Amino acid sequence: MSELGRAALVVTLGLCVYAVVAGAYAAARRRRRLAHSARNALIAAFGSTLVAAAVLAAGFLRSDFSLTYVADHSNRSLSGLYKLSAFWGGQEGSLLLWLLILTGYSALAVWLNRNRTRDLVVWVTPVLAAVAVGFSFLLVVVASPFDTQVAPLDGAGLNPSLQNPYMMSHPPFLYLGYVGLAVPFAFAMGALLSGRTDERWIVATRRWTLVAWTALGIGQLLGAHWAYVEVGWGGYYAWDPVENAALMPFLAATAFLHSVMIQEKRGMLKVWNMVLVALAFCLSLFGTFLTRSGVVNSIHSFSQSDIGPWFLAFIVIAVAFSTVMIVWRLPLLRSKTRLESLVSREAVFLYNNLLLVALCLTILWGVAWPILSEAVRGSTVVVGRPYYDFFLRIFGLPLLLLMGVGPLIAWRRASLRGLGRTFLWPFAIAVATGFVLIGLGAGSSIPGLITYTFSAFVIAAIGLEFVRGTRARKALATGESWPGAFFSLIGRNRRRYGGYVVHFAIVLLAIGIAGSNAYDSVVEGKLAPGQSLAVSGYTVTFQRLTEQDTAHAAEVRAHLLVSRSGTDIGTLEAGKNSYKIAGPDPQVSSEVGIRTNYLTGEDLFVIPEQINDDGSVYFRIFVKPLVNLIWLGGLIFLLGSIIALWPDAREQRRLAVRYDEAGGTVRGT
Amino acid sequence: MTTALILGAALAFLCVVLVALPFLREPEPASDELDALTPERRQRLALAEERDRALAALKELEADHRAGRVNDEDYRASIGPLRREAAEALRALDGVAGKAEASATG
Repeated sequence: MSELGRAALVVTLGLCVYAVVAGAYAAARRRRRLAHSARNALIAAFGSTLVAAAVLAAGFLRSDFSLTYVADHSNRSLSGLYKLSAFWGGQEGSLLLWLLILTGYSALAVWLNRNRTRDLVVWVTPVLAAVAVGFSFLLVVVASPFDTQVAPLDGAGLNPSLQNPYMMSHPPFLYLGYVGLAVPFAFAMGALLSGRTDERWIVATRRWTLVAWTALGIGQLLGAHWAYVEVGWGGYYAWDPVENAALMPFLAATAFLHSVMIQEKRGMLKVWNMVLVALAFCLSLFGTFLTRSGVVNSIHSFSQSDIGPWFLAFIVIAVAFSTVMIVWRLPLLRSKTRLESLVSREAVFLYNNLLLVALCLTILWGVAWPILSEAVRGSTVVVGRPYYDFFLRIFGLPLLLLMGVGPLIAWRRASLRGLGRTFLWPFAIAVATGFVLIGLGAGSSIPGLITYTFSAFVIAAIGLEFVRGTRARKALATGESWPGAFFSLIGRNRRRYGGYVVHFAIVLLAIGIAGSNAYDSVVEGKLAPGQSLAVSGYTVTFQRLTEQDTAHAAEVRAHLLVSRSGTDIGTLEAGKNSYKIAGPDPQVSSEVGIRTNYLTGEDLFVIPEQINDDGSVYFRIFVKPLVNLIWLGGLIFLLGSIIALWPDAREQRRLAVRYDEAGGTVRGT
Repeated sequence: MTTALILGAALAFLCVVLVALPFLREPEPASDELDALTPERRQRLALAEERDRALAALKELEADHRAGRVNDEDYRASIGPLRREAAEALRALDGVAGKAEASATG
């Protein structure tokens, strides 16, 4: 069936080219039927891409090794779910997943908006289709997943590090995020092309941006957890170029989500918002380029390929197009209002934006430096962890503080006396926390201490916001219970309070990162059976080694007894898997042992560095305080995002009135 | 091979039908021109946005004052300009609407 897959991709490419040409012509000449036809082409492109994806998925499930891509990334012993996740285990499949999500999002976006903002949406169709042309062209001409060969008896298998539940979900989530940023980008460019630089494009894309941003955040956390449990180096984020590639669009999109509120509330920062939405999208392309081109050394760059120059051209076109569009429409983007005071909520949002963009560009510089140094000097100079850690502290700590300052300051301006009153409790709680922590010995790490103190400030500020809001709500709605007032407060201001829940999640993340990096303990050594290592109150005793041969791998496990203060608290297993896949070298993965204390959020983390022939094992053992707050923060982040995303009927009615009064029906305006 | 080719051709045919659908619909629409926002409607939209922004700011200030986020002094300093802004936006919107009504009635 490879011919069907190939034909489906050719059809997708044809449909997308038609949607660009016909869509742009229809929008420029205001041809209604041609515009509808272009929209239908984009929707049909999703259908044909779905057919191509189904053919490839069927190839994996049926172990059809006549497809070179299937043979290279799967084998007969792979379990069903991993066979499916092998779909995106290599370059061609990843590109097809990108295209599938892109056409799916595009079809949904133009269909949902088919009767709204028609003069804007007619331009969205060719922009989204142009992005899809880039990807479908790569899949048809440069990197087809449907190349065939004489079928070997078995496939080469899937990279063992990808055989993990987190790795099944991490790439799709990241792609949902990366690709999702194409929708706000297309609406922004549509707004510029149509001259509709009012708030409509923001209203139309608010949820799309939030969905993409949430998916990107969750995708990164899933990747971090995968690195933590699977890669076996004792951490969860290594400032790897490909990890950074996902972080950069996330930071740009975070800045956009904040600055867009200033445009909604004050009509300011229209140019800045356009720049941010274009930056986020271009960085998502850059992220895919880094992962797929093999220009940087990364554990994620699973294959070297020749799509790099094509991708680079794609990024250059996207950057040039966005720049030309923004410069062309500058006169329409000028705002009438100005920042009234440097002590106001919009000013805090602005500081937050500057810090986020500064952090994003600093990371971009670190990622691009090895590529630039290679191109200019002929030798690769890699930017290391100290560079990123330094700038994370420089920009990240003030950002953390601003999360607490923002909710406490009023829009437009605030007097110093008023600020003194609102800041009193959070400030007092932060100072008290700082002193208590110093007393407990947390002063050993100044960045850690500052993180915890700022975190206390932010949590107090968010808590105060909820208390004040609930009290005011209860005073307004007499007879309402306290829980009723609390939920009614959130229900009536979903974006605001959903945002505070997300801020709380980020604080948990910061506490977890600080705890596991600034206050961790480590010990290492070679142990024979019966010998022990002690670290941070734990004693880990190596008991014995066992071996097991499964269908996929030869598994060796070290059995360990864990005790604390002389009391046995349980056992742990850690070892190595040697995977049975084709190739000159056996692929070996470390299977770390983790014991979680759910009460304190602390992990005892055991890495079997080397298993020796004499039965001894070289272990590295970490104690990572509060590390589990990072994963808890991920769940709360998701909850906050869902609250913020939940449709608000009141707001829809308000917007309906606005667009009705503007002289047309809401659906058409 | 043959099955795949037949399925591929069927897929291409379905896509062509979907793309051609707007031109196949009977009866043909009276006008093939897309709606456009006239300069007057564009101005009304801009003014409606300004009015909504001013009214939302007023509402938010009231809520912040009630919740204790804004003290009396800041409230008094802000409420006047915000009310003026809202009134100006409402007046401007009424003015444009009035003009449109007058030109419509002749």
